[in-house]
Amino acid sequence: MTTAVTSITPKIAPPPPEPAPAEPNYLNVNYSLWGWLTTVDHKRIGILYLISITVFFLAGGIAAGIVRLNLLSPDGAIINEDAYNRAFTAHGVLMLFFFLIPAVPAVLGNFLIPMMIGAKDLAFPKLNLASWYVFMVGAAFGVYAILNGGIDTGWTLYPPYSSRSSQSNVVPGVFGVFISGFSSIMTGLNIMVTVHKMRAPGMTWGRLPLFVWSLYATSLIQLLGTPVVAITTVLLMVERVAGIGIFDPLIGGDPVLFQHLFWFYSHPAVYIMILPGMGVVSEVLTCFSRKNIFGYQAVAWSSMGIAVVGFMLWAHHMFVAGISYYSALLFSFLSMLVAVPSAIKVFNWTGTLYKGSITFQAPMLFALGFVVLFVIGGLTGLFLATLGTDIHLHDTYFVVAHFHFVMVGGMVLGYMAGIHFWWPKMTGRMYSDWWSRVAAAIIIVGFFLTFVPQFMMGYHGMPRRYPNYPQEFQVYNVMSTAGASILGLGYLLPACYLTLSLFFGKKATGNPWSATGLEWQSPSPPPLFNFDEAHMPVVVCGPYEYSLGIDQMGRGLPEGPGLGTPNDPSDKHGESSAPGPMKKETEVVG
Amino acid sequence: MSANTHSTVLKHHFGDLEQQHASERLGMWMFLATEVLFFGGLFGAYACYRLWYAAEFEYASSFMNLKFASINTVFLVTSSLTMTLAIRCAKLGDKAGLYRNLLLTFALGSAFMVLKGFEYAEDFHEHILPGTSSFGGEIKHDAEAQGLDTGKVRLFLCFYYIMTGIHGVHIIIGLGCILWLVQQTYANKIPPENYSTVEVVSLYWHLVDAIWLFLMPMLYLAGAHIHHVAH
Ligand code: HEM
Ligand SMILES: [Cu+2]
Repeated sequence: MTTAVTSITPKIAPPPPEPAPAEPNYLNVNYSLWGWLTTVDHKRIGILYLISITVFFLAGGIAAGIVRLNLLSPDGAIINEDAYNRAFTAHGVLMLFFFLIPAVPAVLGNFLIPMMIGAKDLAFPKLNLASWYVFMVGAAFGVYAILNGGIDTGWTLYPPYSSRSSQSNVVPGVFGVFISGFSSIMTGLNIMVTVHKMRAPGMTWGRLPLFVWSLYATSLIQLLGTPVVAITTVLLMVERVAGIGIFDPLIGGDPVLFQHLFWFYSHPAVYIMILPGMGVVSEVLTCFSRKNIFGYQAVAWSSMGIAVVGFMLWAHHMFVAGISYYSALLFSFLSMLVAVPSAIKVFNWTGTLYKGSITFQAPMLFALGFVVLFVIGGLTGLFLATLGTDIHLHDTYFVVAHFHFVMVGGMVLGYMAGIHFWWPKMTGRMYSDWWSRVAAAIIIVGFFLTFVPQFMMGYHGMPRRYPNYPQEFQVYNVMSTAGASILGLGYLLPACYLTLSLFFGKKATGNPWSATGLEWQSPSPPPLFNFDEAHMPVVVCGPYEYSLGIDQMGRGLPEGPGLGTPNDPSDKHGESSAPGPMKKETEVVG
Repeated sequence: MSANTHSTVLKHHFGDLEQQHASERLGMWMFLATEVLFFGGLFGAYACYRLWYAAEFEYASSFMNLKFASINTVFLVTSSLTMTLAIRCAKLGDKAGLYRNLLLTFALGSAFMVLKGFEYAEDFHEHILPGTSSFGGEIKHDAEAQGLDTGKVRLFLCFYYIMTGIHGVHIIIGLGCILWLVQQTYANKIPPENYSTVEVVSLYWHLVDAIWLFLMPMLYLAGAHIHHVAH
């Protein structure tokens, strides 16, 4: 949807004045450790989350490395079977519950939602801080369980193994998941209320950036899905501790009931793990192709469609668990249905790129990678949603490859795109343009090499979660492990150049990418309450008026990537660095 | 509204009180949605087993103390009334009435918990407990005599303790919130224009009541038609 600009707005107004260097901002006011730990500023809480989940990502990555190394040889190269079970469980639990679910909502969502809608903070700042503490307490239990012997059930925690047979730390681990779920609910609730009630004057629902729409849909899932897994984990812990047959068939329970309850959350949860990435991609693609989004309404509503339909297809994880033929049919059909809104998004992104003035900075590379890999992941989801093929593919490496394409190829790249896009805003520094592009390329190549062989070995019958395999699969496994090493290197690069940029990077201007969103209309890094309090933003147009060259407040955009005519004098002082075809120099870091 | 009260109750990041109150109310409604789903998972699991193991569930339910539960229902429903009256007093600026109704609500809620405590003690005494070794007494003996599956009787008891336990935790949190309201009233933080603070707590309190109205038939009335000699 293209919103007309009100007639009083001049087409090119002078850009906002750049702040003086010593201007107080959210980082340099009260920066003691205590100041950080008691902050109720959404931006700082976003940074707290960023630091914590980066640690969990690293830990989960190490576990993945152990799994991949062990699979180099058909008999297990480095660890025994029992340790192998613990390694892949640690990987799954850390990556899903402690990295991917909070990744975009709690880091970028926290930081950006209030800024994008022109608010001073989220609706409930204290609740926001509480969510971080709750998250850390949950994570402490999880980490304790993993370090103190580990959990060997797989992240899906299926009983009766998890409740009766497993000799590992199931209860503390599950308790950690239970607790961290509440932090997810708190974040979701906060974001939803904020979007409903805190929008700046003129920021109608139809003018919300698509990132906000996608996080709104995500929050809905967090709010309605997470409590169900919470109560399910409670029942599981009770069964394990008290020996009562809720799920264990030997003492009267029903294991399929657990699977229903678990997937009632965990299927929608996979959309918690993709929708935010889709939101990031909508922001990045429009900015780096200098075009309005193609079909705003369709992209916005497809997020809601995914959130709603996503609640109705959980049992596609249970086609071979003994559910009835007719319900399997229904769940298969609904799974096909949810692919429709996802496809709508992809078509609209493609339409956005068409005839755009595209430049390839790192955020754009990551976003394009997202689109390609998500398409592959989504399409293979359809193979799995088809009843006949799933009988062959269920619990094989094909499933592993499918969900890594959507979660790592999709969401992690989306997260990377978002971090690279908003890094200048969050830290006030530019990172190395060259290194970031190299990192994007390495990550995408490493990703393909890691996961394409997994499709093939899965198709040929290699089951997931097995430490041993027939000789014939070794070539695929070696390829996959080689790819994983490249991927690992690719992830270390941003950790290095982003950290270095904090100390040596050039100062970022308020709007280095020449983007239209409200968050770019305040200095980088933003002041404590986001905007100049005397001049809170008033929105006059839709979020992506790149072709008109105006931001959401109707003011002219500074020179940016792909823009030939400089209309921002401040850009000439060498302070800002908007890499683009017009400005060939690259950032040198360190 | 004086500028003075404004500055004490209006939080910095909101534009005006109306926005602040609307946000608080919406936030609470959304939290209630979460709560409904939280209990929903539990109710769903209960429904499955109740259908499959109807005989055992009804049998076990007949050992629940219907008298205590009925009195408790009266307590809770009345407390919802006093809570609502508290909102009215807050809105009218009737501080004495606000105190009175808040404390009444607190008293009724506490009475519920005390009675619940007695009930647990009684259950404990009669070995109406789900654990393998703690389960025993009449409920076990009769079940075996009637050829019922004791595992499923224990399953009911398990639901009984989890449901009433989680509900009890909710009541205790609610009581804490009510005490906080009393303190806020004392500190003059609830002038008439800020009455919605009371309203937000009341929303939560009503939900906790409403959940009890579901627990009551599921746990206590399921077996009310079965009569024991001892009861
Ligand atoms: C286009 C839409 C999608 C469809 C039709 C689809 C379908 C499926 C099906 C049928 C399965 C079960 C396969 C089996 O176990 O036999 C599955 C597994 C899985 N999918 Fe998807 N999927 C889609 C998108 C996604 C997305 C977007 C994500 C995450 C971001 C995701 C994450 C997963 C995960 C984690 C599993 C495996 C869970 C496990 O057993 O550990 N899927 N998918
Ligand atoms: Cu699924």
